[in-house]
Amino acid sequence: MTQTIVPDISFRAVSKRYGEVRAVDRVDLDLPKGSFVSLLGPSGCGKTTCLRMMAGFEQPSEGEVFIRGDNVTGVPAYKRPVNMVFQHYALFPHLNVADNVSYGLRQRSPKPPREAVAKAVDEALAMVRLQGYGQRRTWELSGGQQQRVALARALINRPAVLLLDEPLAALDRKLRHDMQIELQNLQRNVGITFLLVTHDQEEALSMSDRVCIMKDGRLVQTGTPRELYDEPVNGYVADFVGKSNFFAGIAGNARSGLIDVALADGMKATGRASRSTVSPEAGEAVLVSVRPEQIRLAAAETDLPNQVAFRTQAKVLNRIFLGEQTEYLVAHEKLGEFMVRSPRQGNQALAFEIGDRVAVGWPPDAALILAKD
Amino acid sequence: MPQLAPISRSKTVTALLVAPAGLFFFFLLVLPLIVVVIYSFGARADAGGYAPAFTLDNYANLPARGQAFFNTLTLAPLGTLLTALFAYPLAYFLAVKASPKSRTLLLVLVIVPFWTSQLLRYYAWIMILGSKGIPSWLAYLGISDLRIINTPWAVLIGAVYGFLPLMVLPIYVSLEKLDKRLLEASADLGANSWRSFLQVTLPLSLPGVATGSMLVFILLMGEYILPQLLGGGKVFFIGNALVDLFLQSRNWPFGAAVSTALVAIMFVTIVIYMRFVLSRGDVRRAALV
Repeated sequence: MTQTIVPDISFRAVSKRYGEVRAVDRVDLDLPKGSFVSLLGPSGCGKTTCLRMMAGFEQPSEGEVFIRGDNVTGVPAYKRPVNMVFQHYALFPHLNVADNVSYGLRQRSPKPPREAVAKAVDEALAMVRLQGYGQRRTWELSGGQQQRVALARALINRPAVLLLDEPLAALDRKLRHDMQIELQNLQRNVGITFLLVTHDQEEALSMSDRVCIMKDGRLVQTGTPRELYDEPVNGYVADFVGKSNFFAGIAGNARSGLIDVALADGMKATGRASRSTVSPEAGEAVLVSVRPEQIRLAAAETDLPNQVAFRTQAKVLNRIFLGEQTEYLVAHEKLGEFMVRSPRQGNQALAFEIGDRVAVGWPPDAALILAKD
Repeated sequence: MPQLAPISRSKTVTALLVAPAGLFFFFLLVLPLIVVVIYSFGARADAGGYAPAFTLDNYANLPARGQAFFNTLTLAPLGTLLTALFAYPLAYFLAVKASPKSRTLLLVLVIVPFWTSQLLRYYAWIMILGSKGIPSWLAYLGISDLRIINTPWAVLIGAVYGFLPLMVLPIYVSLEKLDKRLLEASADLGANSWRSFLQVTLPLSLPGVATGSMLVFILLMGEYILPQLLGGGKVFFIGNALVDLFLQSRNWPFGAAVSTALVAIMFVTIVIYMRFVLSRGDVRRAALV
């Protein structure tokens, strides 16, 4: 018998409608066991509704939800083996830290013995580095500590999946970074599948094994952070995941993996299709997407490296020093303004000043030819 | 930059702000109370009223009004409890179940009875509970000889009716501001809706119950009209005994002693209540958040 690994949560054609609005539109999704998955998208894209359908707070209008292979469509939240860390933690103000953490265990029947609960609470608090905080009132704790109580309260139940609803949004920048690392370590240690809902692409890319990008209730692309960055399915993903420059054009014929694109005013560029999707047809309106760090700058066109196929002239409008990189905003007569990031040059003479005319260009494999969305 | 007001001036402002209420309470509450306490140690003048003396006879005589004390001290807590039991589901419905659109209207309806005189409403209850009211309907169903009016039951029904809004509103407020996400968290952690109610909603709405109970209890302890009308003089409270003592038998010192005893009992009850219910940190905190 071959053993297939059952995903911890699966969505099969799940939709959620509120009146005429489709908040979630035919989403198929699998959360592999033990993975750290992010659901990423702007506010109103349906990611929180997906999370709430996993938790059982909302039921899908169509489609089915499975938890570890069991169809849980229509099953209320309190019967589902998943737990959530709420955006504002939702700690019980009338209970101390230990009673908050043990809440889930105390709902079980038969009730676990008191000593077993106390032991589990101690372990859960130790796991989030809050030993000895059991008797504290929740409002005496800092935001980061409350966050960790919420984590302990959810993880003590050993859920099939831990759902995290924008858990870091309320924390300040420094603490957020620390918590990101802590969450990743925690996930590796406990081995429980984590599902993080966030609108912060940096957070999603840095923490997760897989990222699901949503837009207008639909799942646009699922993949590893690297896949999303290097092989986006369309302009929306390329724009959402990292920065990119876009030039509109019409796709021409494909030859040996490369596609010619007719840009504005008779200019031509060459690029490749994303490996995540089919090549655009000839005649289709497309975007040429080039990451700022892929664009080369030089004093003259002849100074550009050989593999740079697309070459043109532009003027430096602005320059931002970022330490290891310098970010230039350059203007081209026909292509408009775009962003270039150059690594720090040992030779200061290669840095450009505002107003300088520079040669710009990029190699063909740096340009992705993408559908708009 | 505006200059800070000198401290002396802010003190003057505070004094001016406190003065109206302070003077009011001093002349109309504290002074009369002192007079009442002094009278309670006096003797009855021959023609009634007060004659200066110093005696504890009036206090020794309190058991003569034992029935009034007993009625008040049983029916006031019982009435408060019943009112809370009736008010809680109503407040819960208003705060949690009613649609936001109908909520305002329903809240107004809760207060509407206050728009007519309390006296008038109790007279209506005399009719409803009297022999031609509910008992006569019950007689059709074969339940005869049931007397409600002029019994403690009538007083309790009147108490629930009259004080329900005072109990509903504070409970409503505490339920209304309850963070609904806490109930989601509770469900997420495996509690069904009934357990969530017992473990989250109820404890967090106790401050409202405590406030409402305090209001109703204090008012019931001093109640006069309710036992007079619905108790028909048979179920009398301390309030009725006082009217009798001051206006009928004109035994002012004894009346003063009964008054002082009532104030003392209320004071002790409220202190105990605050100590054991309101001082609990979690309840107080829940009342604040």
